Amino acid sequence: MKQVLDFEKPVIELKEKIAELKKFTSDSDIDLTDEISTLEKRLERLEDDIYGNLKPWDRVQMARYPERPTTLDYVGELFTDFIEFHGDRHFGDDEAIVAGIAKYKQKSVTIVGHQRGKDTKENIRRNFGMPHPEGYRKALRHMQQAEKFNRPIISFIDTKGAYPGKAAEERGQSEAIARNLVEMAGLKVPIICIVIGEGGSGGALGLGVGDRIHMLENSTYSVISPEGAAALLWKDSNQAQRAAESMGITSYDLKKLGVVDQIIPELKGGAHRSIKEQSEKIDTVLAASLEELQSLTTNELIENRWEKYKQIGEYKELE
Amino acid sequence: MLKDFFSKKKKYASVPRKEAKQDIPEGLMQKCLGCQKIFYRKEMKKNLHVCPHCEHHHPLNAGERIDSLFDEGSFQEWDQQLVSANPLHFPDYEEKLEKDRNKSGLNEAVVTGKGEINGFETAFAVMDSRFRMGSMGSVVGEKIARAIERAKESSLPFIVFTASGGARMQEGILSLMQMSKTSVAIQRFRESGGLMISVMTHPTTGGVSASFASVGDYNFAEPGALIGFAGRRIIEQTIREDLPDDFQTAEFLLQHGQLDKVIPRSEMKHVLTTILDIHQPRGDRP
Repeated sequence: MKQVLDFEKPVIELKEKIAELKKFTSDSDIDLTDEISTLEKRLERLEDDIYGNLKPWDRVQMARYPERPTTLDYVGELFTDFIEFHGDRHFGDDEAIVAGIAKYKQKSVTIVGHQRGKDTKENIRRNFGMPHPEGYRKALRHMQQAEKFNRPIISFIDTKGAYPGKAAEERGQSEAIARNLVEMAGLKVPIICIVIGEGGSGGALGLGVGDRIHMLENSTYSVISPEGAAALLWKDSNQAQRAAESMGITSYDLKKLGVVDQIIPELKGGAHRSIKEQSEKIDTVLAASLEELQSLTTNELIENRWEKYKQIGEYKELE
Repeated sequence: MLKDFFSKKKKYASVPRKEAKQDIPEGLMQKCLGCQKIFYRKEMKKNLHVCPHCEHHHPLNAGERIDSLFDEGSFQEWDQQLVSANPLHFPDYEEKLEKDRNKSGLNEAVVTGKGEINGFETAFAVMDSRFRMGSMGSVVGEKIARAIERAKESSLPFIVFTASGGARMQEGILSLMQMSKTSVAIQRFRESGGLMISVMTHPTTGGVSASFASVGDYNFAEPGALIGFAGRRIIEQTIREDLPDDFQTAEFLLQHGQLDKVIPRSEMKHVLTTILDIHQPRGDRP
C-alpha cells in the first residue's frame, strides 16, 4: 500500500470512486459511461487545482515521499554505461553517496549524488541518505578525477543532511564538507547540480557548488530542516509547517532569491508518477546546460562561477 | 563590656548616600566560568579574559581581539557600512538585529579589515558571538568574501577568527549560500598563492565550521573552544548514547587529527607573528 499524502486525499478518493464505477459497469448491464466521464473530467480539474497550488509544506511531504525517485533511478534513465566506484581510500565506503562514471549522449561524465533508500532495509544500508565524511571524500576523489580527464560533473542532491553522529565528528564532518566547497569552487570542468528531493543544509551543499543549480519543482533546499528551525526559533518542532513557510525553501522561492538557475517541472502528482517521464524533463534541462557550459573556455567557466556566487545575498549599506 | 559602655562608638550602621553607592563600579568582580573562582574584572581583562587560576578562555569580543593582536594605530576597518536586510521578511528579525546592534555596538557579527601584527601587515576577519551568536547571513558572507578578495589583490595574508553558531536561519538559503560564496573567494585566494590562517574560538559550529573555518593553510583553535558540525544534543538524540565530556572541544579535535595546533591566547600573537614571518618571501620583515 502506497503512502497517501494529506493534500492528495481528495484525488485518491475520487480515483477510487471512478475505479469502482468502472468495475460496476463491466460487471453489470447498467451503463455508467457518462457518469464516469463526468467524474474523470472532475478528477482532472481537481488534480490541476491541488497539484497546481501546492503549499510549501505539501512540497516538503512530496520531497520526502518514500517512493520519490532517487539518484540511481535517474542515473539508470539518463546515462549509459554507468559504473559505480567505491571508497574514499582513507576510511571506508559510504553508501549514502554514490559516485561513478558514465556516458551522457555519447560523452563521458562523472556522476556524484546522495543516495537514500526506499524501504527500511535499503535505508539502513544507505544511512537514510545522510553521509559521513568518507562519503564527501569519495565524491571529491571522483570530482578531481573528472577534472584530470576533463569530464563534466553531474551532481544529484537528495539528503536530509550530513549525519549528526559521533564518528562523523571524529573524522571531520566539517572539514570534509568545507573542503568539498572550496575544491568544487575551483574545478576546471563544468559542474551541474540538480536538487531532486530534499536539499538539507551543509550536507546537501557538500555536493552542491557548481555552475548551474537546478531544482525539481517539488524538491526543497534549506539552511535547516523546518522541524529544526521551529525547535530553535519557537521551541516547538510542531511548528514545522510555519517554519517551512517563513524560510522560503521551495524551488519557486529559491528561483526568486537568485539561488537556483532553473526549475525542472514535475509530472502532475509528482516525480514518482513515472521515473522515465520525469527523467525526460531532467534530460532537456541537463542537455541545454551542458551545451552552454561546454562552449565556455576554462577561464570563462571559473570566472562565471565566481560572478554567480558573488551576487548571492541581500544587504543594505548605511550612508 | 564596661569600656564599650563609655565609648562613643556609634551603635548604628551608616547607610551610604545614594550618590556614594553609584561610585562603586558595576560588576567589580567576575566569576570564572571554568573554576567558579572570583576575580577582579580588571585583572581578568588584563589577562585577556583568561582565568589566572584555571586558564579558562572566556570569549573576547571583536574589539578586544583586535586590540590584543594588532599594533597600535595599524588597524583599518573595511565595509563597516554593510548591514543586514530582511530578505525573507522573517518575523521579528529586524528587532533582533536592532537589539544586538545596541548591545554590541557593532553593525554585524564580523569585523573585517587590515592591520599589522608586530609589523606584518595582514587582512583579517574577526567574528563576534555577541551579535546573533556570530551567525552568518548575507552581510557576514559578503564582508568575509570582500576581505579575502582585497587580501588577494594586495597580496596580504588572511587570518580569520571564527566564533559562530553557524548559518543565520532568518536569511534561509541565502545564509547557506554564503558558505559557497566565501569558499569560491578562498579558492581564488589560494590559487593566487595567498596564506590563510584560521583560528577557531568558542564556539565554532555548523555552517561556519563546515566552510571557511576548516580550510585554512593552518587551522588553529583556542583551548577549550567548542568546535563541531552538529550540535551535541542532536547527536545524543540521534545515536542514543551519552558523549564524552570533552567531545567537540579543541583538545578533542586535536587528538583526532582535525587541528594543527591549540594555541593559548597568551601565545597567539607570538605564534601568528612567527608564521607570518616564515611566510615572508624574503624571510625578513617588510
